[in-house]
Amino acid sequence: MSSVATSQAAQHQAQRMRKHAARKRVNAIALVLALAAMSFGLFWLIWILIETVRLGLGGMSIALFTEMTPPPQAEIGGLSNAIFGSLLMVTLATLLGTPIGILAGIYLGEYGQKGWLGSVTRFINDILLSAPSIVIGLFIYAVVVAQVKSFSGFAGVLALALIVIPVVIRTTENMLSLIPNALREAAYALGTPKWKVISSITLKAARAGVITGILLALARIAGETAPLLFTALSNQFWTSDLRQPMASLPVTIFKFAMSPYENWQKLAWAGVFLITFGVLVLNILARVLFRNKS
Amino acid sequence: MLAHSAAILTLALLAGIIVSLVIGAWPSISAYGLSFLWRSEWDPVQNQYGGLVMIYGTLMTSIIALLIAVPVSFGIALFLTELSPAWLKRPLGTAIELLAAVPSIVYGMWGLLVFSPILSTYVQQPLQAVFAGVPVLGALFSGPPVGIGLLSAGIILAIMVIPFIAAVMRDVFEVTPPMLKESSYALGATTWEVVYRVVLPYTKTGVVGGIMLGLGRALGETMAVTFVIGNFNQLESLSLFEAANSITSALANEFAEANEGLHQASLIYLGLVLFFITFVVLSLSKLLLMQLKKGEGSRT
Repeated sequence: MSSVATSQAAQHQAQRMRKHAARKRVNAIALVLALAAMSFGLFWLIWILIETVRLGLGGMSIALFTEMTPPPQAEIGGLSNAIFGSLLMVTLATLLGTPIGILAGIYLGEYGQKGWLGSVTRFINDILLSAPSIVIGLFIYAVVVAQVKSFSGFAGVLALALIVIPVVIRTTENMLSLIPNALREAAYALGTPKWKVISSITLKAARAGVITGILLALARIAGETAPLLFTALSNQFWTSDLRQPMASLPVTIFKFAMSPYENWQKLAWAGVFLITFGVLVLNILARVLFRNKS
Repeated sequence: MLAHSAAILTLALLAGIIVSLVIGAWPSISAYGLSFLWRSEWDPVQNQYGGLVMIYGTLMTSIIALLIAVPVSFGIALFLTELSPAWLKRPLGTAIELLAAVPSIVYGMWGLLVFSPILSTYVQQPLQAVFAGVPVLGALFSGPPVGIGLLSAGIILAIMVIPFIAAVMRDVFEVTPPMLKESSYALGATTWEVVYRVVLPYTKTGVVGGIMLGLGRALGETMAVTFVIGNFNQLESLSLFEAANSITSALANEFAEANEGLHQASLIYLGLVLFFITFVVLSLSKLLLMQLKKGEGSRT
């Protein structure tokens, strides 16, 4: 009688152990797969960076910054007009887009927490944040280029500015919402008017975060190609006239990389190297800045 | 108030985009109506246009991208929230986020000149050799294995959207109340069981929202796709190796050279279709993520 009970208990025990082992096995497999997924993600980042450095460093030279984009199969040549065009358009677009973005961000963070306008704007802004950038290019084409009947650097600036705005709105609002309400209330208690509270207290406290947002927006538009394709187009020559088509680094890379000419491809890799590391440095800078202040 | 008008400007921007696209596309809309969506010929010489080839290319590459990106992103989120030692969490998270920061033109050029030759030799040719006679799979893997086409575009899109999906998944996994997780650990659940049975059901809407966000990104991605999809208007073969075309790459390649009139209007029509699809997808994503946030207050 008792021996039957013990054997039953032993069987039970063995069954439980088996089940336990199976569960542990499933767990181990899942965790190994998670580790594999993580390495999969890192693998691409590292591979792309290595290739960019390997193929891009070869094209680094002084001529890259002093010579203009060459014709196919030329001996010399650089990217100076494209680099200049990119710097000019990106700077102007940031100067144009940032104030609007900060103002709308202030509205969302300080005024419109409750009303319908606030929530609708927040919703639309998040959609614009991920909307295809080529559609922004189409929009500017229809509104500016088709009316003036000429591609222009100015249209490129507008297209890029439209990409800056949602990024800045989003970070400004997020940063303002991190400011403790006690700070605002203390200021109000002293009789400070609302505009003063915002401009000299909350915005000041959120400054590091807002700058982070601007840097991220800069990084985003520095690599944008699609919205420039049919707004700024491209230009083989040096121009600082915003009414003319203007060369930019990404569009030039696109043109050169798709070509069969070896010297163009080499310049394209050099351009890719410049852009990738410029953008990565901006991103890391933004993160470091934000971490130090928060 | 200045801030007020800046907010209204954002709304006006969206309305402006839609209105200007509709006006720009009007010649094509009035010529074809909705049948544009399932007409497959695209012939600038005969002035005949239909968007089916591009719409198919856009949807197909995005589906391939999601098939790869969703499991990988889930794994990454799982690793970052449950497995990784605390000191590694931040650097690894940042590295994945940097993957999102790399400009798309870099992915495109790398994809065309570095990745596609490797894909062709080490993946496509063996796949063809194995599946040569098999009915359905054989058709999917037929065609010239040159490393350019739907499959390579899909893979590169997957790499590009992984960081977006993984970041959302990580963030929503972290909102799961620790008490729920600790209770199940206390009952003897393994890490996998906690994630699969507790965390995932709790954050379901957020996870779907993240996937939709990735889908929205994949649909609208331009440069990387333009480099590797091959830009060839055809629908005869279902092969994933065959060069194809997507809405964004058609726009990028043809728009600046298109003559005004029906050609340009049809391209803008394509842009409008793309904007509509991404708008719907991104709205859904946003609504799902908002729903999760609402529940957060009441349940914890």
